[in-house]
Amino acid sequence: MTAKIETTKRVPNNASAKAHAETPQMMPGAALLLKVLEAEGVEVIFGYPGGAVLPIYDEIFKSNAVRHILVRHEQAAVHAAEGYARSTGKVGVVLVTSGPGATNAVTGLTDALMDSVPVVCLTGQVPSHLIGTDAFQEGDTSGITRPCTKHNYLVKQSADLQRSIEEAFHVARTGRPGPVVIDLPKDVQMLDAPYIEGGVWQDTPHRYRPTISPDRAAIKKAVQMMKAAKRPVIYGGGGLINSGPEATANLRRLVEVTGWPTTLTLMGLGAMSADDPHFLGMLGMHGTYEANLTMHGCDFMLNLGARFDDRVTGRLNAFSPNSIKVHADIDPASINKVVQVDLGIVGDVKETIAALLEEMKAQNFAPNAKALSGWWEQINGWRGKNCLAYEQKSSIIKPQHAIERLYQMSRDREVFVTTEVGQHQMWAAQYFGFHQPNRWMTSGGLGTMGYGLPAAVGTQIAHPDATVIDISGEASFLMNMQELSTISQYRLPVKVFILNNEWMGMVRQWQELNHGSRYSESYTASLPDFTKLAETFGMTGLRAKKVEDLEDVITTMLETDGPVIADICIEKEENCFPMIPSGSAHNEMLLSAAEESNATVSEEGKILV
Amino acid sequence: MLDTTQTERHTLSVLVDNEPGVLARVVGLFSGRGYNIESLTVSEVDEERHTSRISVVTSGTPLVIEQIKKLLARLVPVHVVEDLTTGPAHVERELALVKIVNQGSDRVEALRVADSFRARTLDSTLNSFVFEVTGNSSKISAFIKLMESLGTVEIARTGVCGMTRGNTIDLIDAD
Repeated sequence: MTAKIETTKRVPNNASAKAHAETPQMMPGAALLLKVLEAEGVEVIFGYPGGAVLPIYDEIFKSNAVRHILVRHEQAAVHAAEGYARSTGKVGVVLVTSGPGATNAVTGLTDALMDSVPVVCLTGQVPSHLIGTDAFQEGDTSGITRPCTKHNYLVKQSADLQRSIEEAFHVARTGRPGPVVIDLPKDVQMLDAPYIEGGVWQDTPHRYRPTISPDRAAIKKAVQMMKAAKRPVIYGGGGLINSGPEATANLRRLVEVTGWPTTLTLMGLGAMSADDPHFLGMLGMHGTYEANLTMHGCDFMLNLGARFDDRVTGRLNAFSPNSIKVHADIDPASINKVVQVDLGIVGDVKETIAALLEEMKAQNFAPNAKALSGWWEQINGWRGKNCLAYEQKSSIIKPQHAIERLYQMSRDREVFVTTEVGQHQMWAAQYFGFHQPNRWMTSGGLGTMGYGLPAAVGTQIAHPDATVIDISGEASFLMNMQELSTISQYRLPVKVFILNNEWMGMVRQWQELNHGSRYSESYTASLPDFTKLAETFGMTGLRAKKVEDLEDVITTMLETDGPVIADICIEKEENCFPMIPSGSAHNEMLLSAAEESNATVSEEGKILV
Repeated sequence: MLDTTQTERHTLSVLVDNEPGVLARVVGLFSGRGYNIESLTVSEVDEERHTSRISVVTSGTPLVIEQIKKLLARLVPVHVVEDLTTGPAHVERELALVKIVNQGSDRVEALRVADSFRARTLDSTLNSFVFEVTGNSSKISAFIKLMESLGTVEIARTGVCGMTRGNTIDLIDAD
C-alpha cells in the first residue's frame, strides 16, 4: 500500500485547460508552500521553529505575504489557530517542527477535531531517506496524528506537494470542519517542486464529497412532523457557528416564524441572541432548568448542528423520552450515533434551515398556537425557578457576580471571550450573554485546560481592535501561561480575567459530590502573585479581593490599552449550579448546594466522566 | 428504529485510493472506536486509477454497523462503502492453506476429506500435506475442524472477499 500518487492522477477530464496548458514553475518545496498558502488566503501562521522546518522559516523570512506569530509552545500554536479560526470562520494555520514539535501539537489537534475547528497544521519531518531510522527529532507524525485529525498527509514526492496542500485546505474547511496535518520531510521542502499558478487540485467525483444540500424528501417529511408538534423545542449546536453567519441568520428567522423555544449547546452559544425571549439558555449538565426540562418534556425536537453529546443528554435512556426527534447534521456519522432519531437530515445547516423555511411556506406551516401557548406557560413556570439566581451577600466575590458584572460592563464593546476549562467556563457560559456567533471560543469536546490564553492570542490577532477576554481559572491559566510572553511580544491587549479560588474547582466539585469530599490533589498550592507575574511580562496586574474592588478592577482592565491580568479572588467553596449529576436525567437536576448535600450519585453515575 | 441488541455479521466492500496510510486509517477506525474486525483483505484492484478494494467482515448491532459504514464513508480516500450483507444477493469466498501432519489411516482419511471438499494438494511429504481450499467461511471452518481431528494442523486464511451477483458494477469508479 505504498504506491506513489502522481500529481495529475485524479484530475478529471474536465479539469481547467489552463492548469494543463501552463508549464509548471520549478521552485523549492518551501517556497511552493508559501505560494499555496498565499493562494489559499492565509494571512497568519502560528508556529515555532525547529531543525526540520528551517527551510520554511527561511522562506517566511524572505516573504511579506504571510505573517508569522511566534508562540511559546506548540500546543498553544494550535489553540491560537483555533481561536483565530473560530472567531473568523477562516482556516487557522500552524507550523511546527518534527518530533516534539508535532507531539506537542497533538492536544491542540485533538481539541480541534472534537470541536470541528478548521486547522491546517504543517509539521516538519526528517528527510525522506532518514524516515524510519530513529533519526534526531523523528516521530511518526502521520501515525500519531491519524486518529486526531480529519485527514493527514505525509508528502514524500515533490510532485505531490501542491495538490496535497490544496486538498488539505479544502478538507479542513468543508463538510464538518476539522484539523488536517501535512507532514513535510526536509528534503521535500528543499528540493524543487512543480508549481502551477491557479492551482492543481480538482474536486473529483469519488474522493471526499461531503453532502451540503439536504435531501428534499427529508425536508418535506421534517416539515410535516413540525406541523404536528405541540410541545416543540429547537436544540442548536456548534454546527450553526461553523456553518457561518448565514446559518445563525436563518436560525433566527426560523425561531421568529415558529415562535418555538430554543436552547443552545456550549458550542452553539451566540447563534441567537441571549436576549431573545425564545432563548432558554444553554442546556446540559450545567444548563438551565428551563432548557433541560423543555428538552425532557418536549414532543418534538429539532436538532440543528448539535451532536447529542453526553454533557447534553445526561442519562441516555431517560433523554427526552416522549419526543419525535429530527437531527440535521453535516456529518452523517453523527446521526443515530448515540441517540436514535426519527429523521436524519444530512447537509450544511444553513442550507437545511433555508430549505425548511422554504418548505414551511410551501406547506403553509403555522405553529399550533393554542398548544404552543400552553407549552410556553409551562416553560415560563420553569423559568420562574430562576435557576441561575445567586446571592452576593458578603464582601467575598461570588464568581457568578464577577462574570455578570464583566458582561454588563463590557456590553458596549466588541467583545470576544475565550475560556479555559472548569467551573469558570460554566459560569462564563451561564452568566455572559452572547449575541452574535464567533464571539465565544471555548474547548467543549476535549475540555482542554490551558485552551483559553492561546485562543485569546489567536482571536486578538484576528481582531486587533476588539476586546478579547480570557475568562480563566487559576489552575487552567498555569497550563499555558508561557503565552504571556507571546502576548507581550506582539503587544496584544488581551485581558485575562482569572476567577481565582485556589482550587481545581470542577475537580473539587466532583470530589464533593462523588467522593465523600476527599479533596485529593485538587488544591492549587504555591500560586504566583498574578499581579507581579503580569508586571514581569510588561503587563498591567490588577487584583480584586473584595466585592467593593470588582467594578474598579473591571473598569481599569477594560480601559487599559495593553494586556492585563485581573486576579479576581472569588468565594472558594462556590460550586456550579444547576447541575445534572452524572448518570442522571434532565429532570433530575440539582438546583443548589442545599440539594447537592442530599444528592446521591449512583455507582453507574460515578463511573461516568 | 434499528434494533439495538442483536449482533449481526456484515461483509463490507470498500473501494479506496491506494495511498500510504489508507489501511491504517481503516483499521484505526475500528480499533479506536472498539469495533470488531473478523477478517480483512486488501489489494490493489485498479492499477491505473490506484484504487484498492478492502473487504472487511465485522459484527455488531445494526446501529454499530450503520455507524461503521458512515465512519468509513467519511474518510477522505474512501470512494464507496458497500454493505454486501444488506445489499442484493452476493457471493463470498475465502481461501485457506491447511497443513496437516499425520500418519497411517488418518493420512488416508485426510486425503479423502480433502477430495470431498475439493481441496487441492499443494505440497506433500511422507507425513504431511498442504491443502488449498476455497469456499465460504463456514465451509473453510468445517474443513479445518475435520483436519484438526485427523492430525496436527497449521492454518493460513485469507479472510473473506466478496461482491454482488448479477450484471451490475457496484463500486463504479468511472470518471
